[in-house]
Amino acid sequence: MAFGLLKFGLRRTYRARGILPPRPALKSSYDVVIIGAGGHGLAAAHHLAKDHGITEVAVLDKGYLAGGNTARNTAIVRSNYLTPEGVRFYDEAMQLWRGLSHELGLNLMLSNRGHLTLAHSDAALRTMRWRAEVNKHQGVDSELIDPGEIRKLCPQLDLSDEARWPILGALYHPPGATARHDAVAWGYAHEASRRGVEIHEHTEVTGFRREGSRVTAVETDRGTIHCGRVLQAVAGNSTRVGDMVGLRMPIRTVPLQACVSVPIMPVIDPIIVSGSLHTYIWQTARGELVMGGSADPYPGYTTRSTLDFKEGLMAHAMELFPFLGEVRLNRQWAGMTDMTPDFSPIMGKTPLDNYYIDAGWGTWGFKATPVCGKRMAETVANDRAPEIIHAFDMGRFARFDQVGERGAASVGH
Amino acid sequence: MKLMNCPLNGWRNIGEFVYGGEVRPAPGADADTETWADWVFMVDNQAGVVREWWFHAPTSYWFIAERDTANDTLIRTYPAAEIFTERVEFASGEKSS
Repeated sequence: MAFGLLKFGLRRTYRARGILPPRPALKSSYDVVIIGAGGHGLAAAHHLAKDHGITEVAVLDKGYLAGGNTARNTAIVRSNYLTPEGVRFYDEAMQLWRGLSHELGLNLMLSNRGHLTLAHSDAALRTMRWRAEVNKHQGVDSELIDPGEIRKLCPQLDLSDEARWPILGALYHPPGATARHDAVAWGYAHEASRRGVEIHEHTEVTGFRREGSRVTAVETDRGTIHCGRVLQAVAGNSTRVGDMVGLRMPIRTVPLQACVSVPIMPVIDPIIVSGSLHTYIWQTARGELVMGGSADPYPGYTTRSTLDFKEGLMAHAMELFPFLGEVRLNRQWAGMTDMTPDFSPIMGKTPLDNYYIDAGWGTWGFKATPVCGKRMAETVANDRAPEIIHAFDMGRFARFDQVGERGAASVGH
Repeated sequence: MKLMNCPLNGWRNIGEFVYGGEVRPAPGADADTETWADWVFMVDNQAGVVREWWFHAPTSYWFIAERDTANDTLIRTYPAAEIFTERVEFASGEKSS
């Protein structure tokens, strides 16, 4: 790696490296069809090709590469969840994140800056302590810290008793990091297509052909594809694609908004989250403050930004960092999240024989990208879900056996 | 600010209202567990015109709204009495009190 870098640095000319080959013609049949060219679908394609030798794979997307939630999230990765199932799963993701730039040969700019979840009430403190203990028990680095410790990590926070909601403590998660989210999709897409996976952007799925409980073909606006197995990974459109194939989902599509400020000098080092104030904020390498809050108060298939969101978020962000009153907003956007009743994903097999699902990623999908790709590829290749994702099985609702993940983003305490 | 027309109070800020879920018939009290699980957890989640329960929080008033979820446009709001013309009995055979 170091030698290669040196050689690259001494070269006089640089050949531009295309991320993807031109879109190929659609074949009439593939071993695996993946619907959705976001991080999850592409990661699954990469692992199918790399770990399982399955390269007759088509990844379809009605839009462009990573045009959905992959590049609309706020790029935070962490594993300090609340349920043992959740912590174990996201911790595997963290382990994969650490080696991912190397695996994909693309700098994902993983920036390990630590993650603070603030507590403004006794109830929140109790939840943070609970999360810290569950985390430690699973070998994840998390600790409950007091305002004195918080001041050392982030002196810019308003830690006074005068605040409307004084900060009583925080769950400190040193491995918390951020990554360049669009590069994650490009990296997976590049590696997958290098191994023979075909990525078909602007190819919309319009229906399915079924024989009993078997899906025989995927219909698209560019023609019909016969398929061995199908993986659905379409985030906010999970219900719409599920309806086409005949699967009923416990999913509500809810917009989630976020925004960034104009670039300012480096001022906030760790990632700061307040569940009670529905605010999270961190500063990018180029100085923008990335801010997000809770999901919209009612469902919808829109990506419009609202004034309500900005008013609420700005008021809360200024309670944490009063100086933000002087900072201007630069951009805002929204994504369509697929929220489940228990704030946990739906992964694995479905009642259909050869149709697999990766959905219900609500506001917590980006950080799971590597582990999800790896484990869904395993599920599709072996027609069997590995133990680590059993808890997220689609059938859990009919058994009243939900996961109850209150460590997820946008869950208030 | 987005506005919603409350059948009781007229036009109010959307922030005064709480979304209450899709309007669909509840299973009978003697329905099996599977039917109940479906009713509790599964949702239609349609992109298009849907019929939903909404609540005006300041006046504790429940009503029904028709809304296009594909572009977040309110089409019509009306009192629940417009579609629930008969009293709905929620209690099962035995009374708990």
